[in-house]
Amino acid sequence: MRTRGGVGESIPRPDGPDKVSGRFSFGSDLTAPGMLFGKTLRSPHAHALIRSIDVEKAAGMPGVKAVLTAADLPGERLYSLHQPPDQPVLAASGEEVRYAGEPVAIVAAEHPEQARAAVQAIAVDYEVLEPLLDPVEAIRRGSVLRELTIRSGEPDTPADVVVDGYYEVGQQDQAPLGPEAGLAIPTPHGGIDLWVATQALHVDLEQVEACLGMRAGAVRLHLGGVGGAFGAREDLSIQVHACLLALRTGRPVKMWYGREESFTGHVHRHPAWMWYSTGAGRDGRLVFVKATILLDGGAYASSSGAVVANAACFGAGPYRVPNALVWSGAARTNTVPNGAMRGFGAVQSCFAYEGQMDLLAARLGLDPIEIRLKNAIRPGDRLITGQAVTGAAPMAKLIDLCRELPEPPTPAHPLALPGGAGNVASAAEVVRGTGFAVGFKNIAYSEGSDDYATARVRLQRGADGEAFAQVKTAAAEVGQGLVTVCLQVARTELGVEAVEIERADTTVGNAGSSSASRQTWMTGGAVREAARLVAAEVLKRAGPPAQALAAGHVLDEEGAPLAPIALFLDEPIEREFEHHHRPTSGLDPAGQGDAHVSFMFVAHRATVDVDPEAGLARVAQVATAQDVGRAINPLQVHGQIEGGIAQGVGLATMEEIKLKDGLIRNASFTDYIIPTSLDMPEVAAVLVEEPEPDAPYGAKGVGEPPLISSPAAIAAALRAATGRRLNRVPVSPDELAGLTECRPGWLVRPGRSPAEAVQPAPQG
Amino acid sequence: MQVSVPKSLDAALGLLAEDPQAVLLAGGTDLMVAINFGRTRPEHIVSIARLPELKELATGEQVRCGAGVTYTRLLERVRDRALVDAARTVGSPQIRNAGTLGGNLGTCSPAGDTLPSLAALDATITVASQRSGERRVPFSGWMRGPKKPALEPGELVLRADWEEAGPAQVFLKAGTRNAMVIAVASLAMVVDRARRTVRVALGSVGPTIIRATAAEEMATGLLDEGGWERPLMPTEAAQARFGELVAAAARPIDDQRGTGAYRRHVIAVMARRALQRTGAAP
Ligand SMILES: Cc1cc2nc3c(=O)[nH]c(=O)nc-3n(C[C@H](O)[C@H](O)[C@H](O)COP(=O)(O)OP(=O)(O)OC[C@H]3O[C@@H](n4cnc5c(N)ncnc54)[C@H](O)[C@@H]3O)c2cc1C
Repeated sequence: MRTRGGVGESIPRPDGPDKVSGRFSFGSDLTAPGMLFGKTLRSPHAHALIRSIDVEKAAGMPGVKAVLTAADLPGERLYSLHQPPDQPVLAASGEEVRYAGEPVAIVAAEHPEQARAAVQAIAVDYEVLEPLLDPVEAIRRGSVLRELTIRSGEPDTPADVVVDGYYEVGQQDQAPLGPEAGLAIPTPHGGIDLWVATQALHVDLEQVEACLGMRAGAVRLHLGGVGGAFGAREDLSIQVHACLLALRTGRPVKMWYGREESFTGHVHRHPAWMWYSTGAGRDGRLVFVKATILLDGGAYASSSGAVVANAACFGAGPYRVPNALVWSGAARTNTVPNGAMRGFGAVQSCFAYEGQMDLLAARLGLDPIEIRLKNAIRPGDRLITGQAVTGAAPMAKLIDLCRELPEPPTPAHPLALPGGAGNVASAAEVVRGTGFAVGFKNIAYSEGSDDYATARVRLQRGADGEAFAQVKTAAAEVGQGLVTVCLQVARTELGVEAVEIERADTTVGNAGSSSASRQTWMTGGAVREAARLVAAEVLKRAGPPAQALAAGHVLDEEGAPLAPIALFLDEPIEREFEHHHRPTSGLDPAGQGDAHVSFMFVAHRATVDVDPEAGLARVAQVATAQDVGRAINPLQVHGQIEGGIAQGVGLATMEEIKLKDGLIRNASFTDYIIPTSLDMPEVAAVLVEEPEPDAPYGAKGVGEPPLISSPAAIAAALRAATGRRLNRVPVSPDELAGLTECRPGWLVRPGRSPAEAVQPAPQG
Repeated sequence: MQVSVPKSLDAALGLLAEDPQAVLLAGGTDLMVAINFGRTRPEHIVSIARLPELKELATGEQVRCGAGVTYTRLLERVRDRALVDAARTVGSPQIRNAGTLGGNLGTCSPAGDTLPSLAALDATITVASQRSGERRVPFSGWMRGPKKPALEPGELVLRADWEEAGPAQVFLKAGTRNAMVIAVASLAMVVDRARRTVRVALGSVGPTIIRATAAEEMATGLLDEGGWERPLMPTEAAQARFGELVAAAARPIDDQRGTGAYRRHVIAVMARRALQRTGAAP
């Protein structure tokens, strides 16, 4: 007997039909009788002193029920993912605003238009100050969020060949289609219920409680429908503001951002400036990697600290690197804070170290794939942090499988030529290029965090007399398919197909965030263990010879059915489990330590068609082999791969937040462009399933790797097609057409702090 | 905000005569974006989306295209490649099903994709108001500036008309995405062999659509020499010269969508290709 729809099957998502037919309720669809609408007043200046805030006029306007400023805050005035918190809930009079878009006041009114009008009527007197915008200058002045150095071996060991390179990565937006949204409803007893589209209910909860000055238990968070996240929902947005307005007015308050506001209302991927020096022997074996990885953290800490560590830990690539010196740091500047985005630091450094591998291959006359194979990390090898890779590390196998995937035919349809519908290129003007890149990253939280997730599983007899299970966690379904994973795990462990995944809220224990590719491992693991406890109780109740559960039955040791499970459910069975992963340690002053629990590896090969004269490109195919441990749901894994590659195509070829004087110039989907279906390449993917020893079912995370090395592979392919340097992503048409090259604004010795940077001699 | 939905063209013109500040709504693909951005908060909207009078589309030697014709219909019926290829690049299928030629003329952006083609086809725009009846405006007089169409208060666009110009025509558009992108630079070229005219018009490289007259003259000279009825095979040098003349006509700026340097570069590339392709066409 076999339970259908368990671990390993490509079952459809339970929320799929509602999502594709428009019935699913997203955060912005939330509604409550009598609700008010909240709006935020934001700083128009990147840096200014608030001399005064006058809300009198706004407060008297029609429909306006509350206008709140920092003076009205009942609890902590600062919040953050970082300790100690540094980001004001609202910027106060007499204090500074540190980025354009920083919240200054909030309004609740009967109608969104009334709230908008009231926001405009608030008079803020600013003394405009000089913004600090250059991250090198910031580091030179000591405006640093975190910096660290990793030193291993003897970085000054001489090498036969040394290649130096400078690389830049632009600021990418997560561009979730669903903007920030939530609804706060006061309870009769002075507490509050907040429905919100978030990545982490409990992480939000702690910060909300502190800022509201409320005791534990007075605030409950419920997951609103999440329309994409990718890191953008790890930091607070509307959470505290909506609760403050609801508590003040005693009415439900809904807040949601428009697209433009969303661009300043969430963090972005850190833009990066990277100076690399890579040494190798004549045989192509790496001797050393020296790197300086400078990130712009923006005005507040957010998760910059962890991103800095990731960029550094993975900054030499998934290779055997005997000697390394890596400086990684985030500057504090007057731009919108940067923080979590899919790939989390590993994307930026991958673009640089893979560019270096291609330079080395060219210098040595080696094939780019051969040099990667020659250096590929193997199980048991040590990272530059000294940590041994104890789990699956099939890097060489991934490279081999990826290179063998069939290449795409040349474009048959004119729409598939570079420039697509624009009709600029004809086949004669197009050249093809291929590029290869590999990457890796950690799963789950690192550097000694106590990372855990909680699940509650209940098994009972339904009204129809059949056994059915309910799974409750606080883990956020953000589109990645966690609900499907939990469903499959519960079915497998309980032998029951009728499983309901309950709505996530904070009435159950912490599940941590849906980030760092961790939820299948963490929450999936918690569901597995809780379900196993329930299953054990069923077997106990059934008594010998009961051995196992499947397809709704208790089985004997031969697998023959003894009785329906429902027979043993006169009393429901409920168990809860808190699943912790193996502890990690911090990094010592030399950047050494077993900071990560596990690693996932990936290889990408990109094929591009380029019109080099016109500076136009189209990615024809991205082929990939990905180390997934075990695919709980292969269809969903392929979904993650395609989605991540779409974002990789975006980062490589078009997506960038453009700042001028610290203000975002393209805060819309008109001007912040993301790939359309015509930009999306064919994806050819193979999954490598080598079970990870520590992981539930051996399953690694799968969300981030598709975006780690796909941009690097696409850039390499564009270089191959054009012969140009293209050391910056997104590659601009100007660079593709050879009109400009990206040059460093500062000279930095790879491995050293940019505090020692000097300005290059003027050109010409 | 008041929304009027007149049932006839006369009724619409009457509403506009009463309230010249009223804003017209056709497909709404520009207007609703502007409203959502908070750039405009019209007090009175007059919807002309369903007026049958604006939907006429007569093809043949003489083309008449009503202001309310959508890109999708235009693509199905019109034979002038310059306009067809321009319409094909507009937005996505949804936008092409809703957006209209009249809306593109009404928005009057230098990045409006049909506008270089209408210029190269030497189209005439017919507008109407209750007070003065119909008035005809040659395309060259349509754009008084970016987003400033030659419309007087109370007027709306009825149609555009032009003479079908044969197969030697192209439209090219460069952008940073392969579809649904605002033009960074665009170019329409029409070689009307029967009438012995060449017109080249540029989009997104200046405040309005720009006619590259020196380039037009050069191409005319080449065709005079080689014969209008024969394929034109311009030498590399001639192509390069043509590209330079087009680039010299451009007045591009740097903005968040592209640099002036790239615009000038790519408009020359597109010009060379346009000369080649129209030259090869019968
Ligand atoms: C996602 C998206 C993609 C787009 N892509 C492109 C693109 O690739 N290329 C491009 O050129 N445009 C593009 N647009 C812009 C838009 O679709 C076009 O300009 C379209 O032609 C506008 O037509 P409409 O009928 O929707 O106009 P509306 O939005 O209804 O009106 C636009 C303006 O014209 C006025 N107007 C409308 N009809 C008349 C009339 N008969 N007489 C006088 N004034 C009138 C209106 O008052 C308004 O000011 C895009 C828009 C969106 C939202």
